Amino acid sequence: MNLAVRDIRHNLSRFSLTAVGIGMLLMIVMGMGGIYRGLIEEATLLVDKIGADLWVVQYGTRGPFAEISRIPRNLEDRLRAVPGVRQARAFATYAVQREFRDKPLRMQVQGLSWPDDKGEWLPLIAGRRLGAAHYEMIADKILGLQLGDRLTLGKNHFTVVGITSGMSSMAGDGLAFFTLLDALEIQYDYSGEAVRLERKARRSRLARIDIGNTLPTFLERTELPSASLPAIARPPVSAVLVQLEPGADRDAVLATLSGWTDVSVFTRDGQKELLLKGVVDRARRQLGLFRALLIIISAVIMALILYTLTLEKLHDIAMLKLIGARNSVILSLILQQALLLGLLGYLFAFYLGQWVFPRFPRRVVIMQDDLLFLALIVAAISVLSSALGIWKAMRVEPNEVVS
Amino acid sequence: MSGSTITIDALGLTKVYGSGNAEVVAMRDVSFTLSSGEVVALLGPSGAGKSTLLTVVGLINTLTSGKLTIGNDLVTDGPIAKVDLRSYRRRFIGYVLQKANLIPFLTALENVQLALEINDVPARTARARALELLQYLGVDHRVDNLPHMLSGGEQQRVAVARALANRPRLVLADEPTAALDSVRGRQVMELFRSVAHEHGTTVLVATHDHRALDVFDRILEMEDGVLQSDHRNSEKAG
Ligand SMILES: Nc1ncnc2c1ncn2[C@@H]1O[C@H](COP(=O)(O)OP(=O)(O)O)[C@@H](O)[C@H]1O
Ligand SMILES: [Mg+2]
Repeated sequence: MNLAVRDIRHNLSRFSLTAVGIGMLLMIVMGMGGIYRGLIEEATLLVDKIGADLWVVQYGTRGPFAEISRIPRNLEDRLRAVPGVRQARAFATYAVQREFRDKPLRMQVQGLSWPDDKGEWLPLIAGRRLGAAHYEMIADKILGLQLGDRLTLGKNHFTVVGITSGMSSMAGDGLAFFTLLDALEIQYDYSGEAVRLERKARRSRLARIDIGNTLPTFLERTELPSASLPAIARPPVSAVLVQLEPGADRDAVLATLSGWTDVSVFTRDGQKELLLKGVVDRARRQLGLFRALLIIISAVIMALILYTLTLEKLHDIAMLKLIGARNSVILSLILQQALLLGLLGYLFAFYLGQWVFPRFPRRVVIMQDDLLFLALIVAAISVLSSALGIWKAMRVEPNEVVS
Repeated sequence: MSGSTITIDALGLTKVYGSGNAEVVAMRDVSFTLSSGEVVALLGPSGAGKSTLLTVVGLINTLTSGKLTIGNDLVTDGPIAKVDLRSYRRRFIGYVLQKANLIPFLTALENVQLALEINDVPARTARARALELLQYLGVDHRVDNLPHMLSGGEQQRVAVARALANRPRLVLADEPTAALDSVRGRQVMELFRSVAHEHGTTVLVATHDHRALDVFDRILEMEDGVLQSDHRNSEKAG
């Protein structure tokens, strides 16, 4: 005869409520783990998805994510000449926050090195990749944009031609992909007044120095956009991504590039390590600690619940002892209830989580291993936290029934 | 009724509760023997030490001094247990207390069945025997009810069934009829007698209900922790 089940049947509604309560607690533990995994996944998502073998950035920096990196775009051409390099494409990334339909729209702009990179690697769920050198964009679905939406960024209008899913930045913002030129133009957009003021400033600078007087035609040149001025570089990019030939010797390429004193080079894993060990490290440790605390709190709460469950039955346990029931009968009554409570709580947490987690604003990644680990922890908590109740039950004397 | 085999041999049983100023001598140097098949009443005013005697003999209370032998086994020598008391209780002793103390989450039938199952009786056999006992006690219409749905008398009869389930050598009852009306109370006492006489069980009942005394073979009287008298019942019924 199973006493645990019969007792539960007798107190069904209260037991279920307790299981639901524990389930909610476990769901938070599960969610915390998922947020932790989500943070890591978001941090390394772009690096993984882009799939570049090497990241070439400004010398001495740990860019382009951990800190700002600026390198000239023509580095692309120099890199293409290195033996073993199949493809080099410029990469620009920055965050913008604008208004769209009267709501703030925060997105991480990514420049794609058109025409080499049309966004073939993007996980599209609707629309298409970029089909023109200008005025098209691909947006992630968390940005809430629809195919055909038109956004005004800088002086130009951009049409959403594709929607991706699951592409978000380290900060959890959705990614938006433009051609590199468009991306740079949005980044270096100046108002007409700013341009006029800059031209005036150029003229007065020239007037104050020798060259303005000796080369009067130079003065005319100040009217041109800065990209057409020979003395002023084109807007820089954040990094250049290098794809190696199949079978190329990565170390040989790295050795060549290490001789270039104007850039620093990271492998894909190196770049991921910069992100995990640097950028998201504190957030990651914070979440990890919080999760550990939650597990401890769950254990304490479960122990208290199981202890009270046992206390309530102390009279019956004394009676069981009086009629000579073995300790194993009493032990399994308490343990089975503890495990059942843990199991039901866990299942409730799991199914509630399936529904709740996708509604979180940021990514929650529930991994199989984490689920298994949590299941083991819940089992361990159930057993350990019933120890207090068992200790009490073992101590009760049968003649307490009489008094 | 055989009356010849000694089942219980109590020698100089003494129980002291507490210590120092709070010391209470609940039972002092009590000696007696009980034979198998005997139904014995334990009389005495409240506080006389009847419950103390029953719990000591029932192996749920430690002795301060004295010796208790059940069958051929010295069971406890002063406070020192000589056998596994719980296993002894399980196999040889049945209890009926003033309150039924049924397990609240088990049905009437399950309460009786449990007593059998913890004694390693297979579930089917246990169920059949429990049903049979409850029928015998006239509560078979209540088998699937939880204790709180039963009247006090019905609960007490289920408790009696539980006490008798394993055909114990010794049945101890502490004012078992306090919660019953006189008719029901008498029925329970008569049940004890028939169990004792038919199965050779020894039954010791603490009571201060003098109306059903004719049921008993023998009467022990206690006062202030001391056994005052021990005599065959003269007004015994046919
Ligand atoms: N657990 C206990 N602690 C201290 N004193 C007790 C305890 N149980 C009983 N007593 C005392 O022992 C005496 C005998 O009690 P008890 O055996 O219950 O008598 P009865 O059952 O005849 O009424 C009483 O004075 C009672 O107060
Ligand atoms: Mg009493």
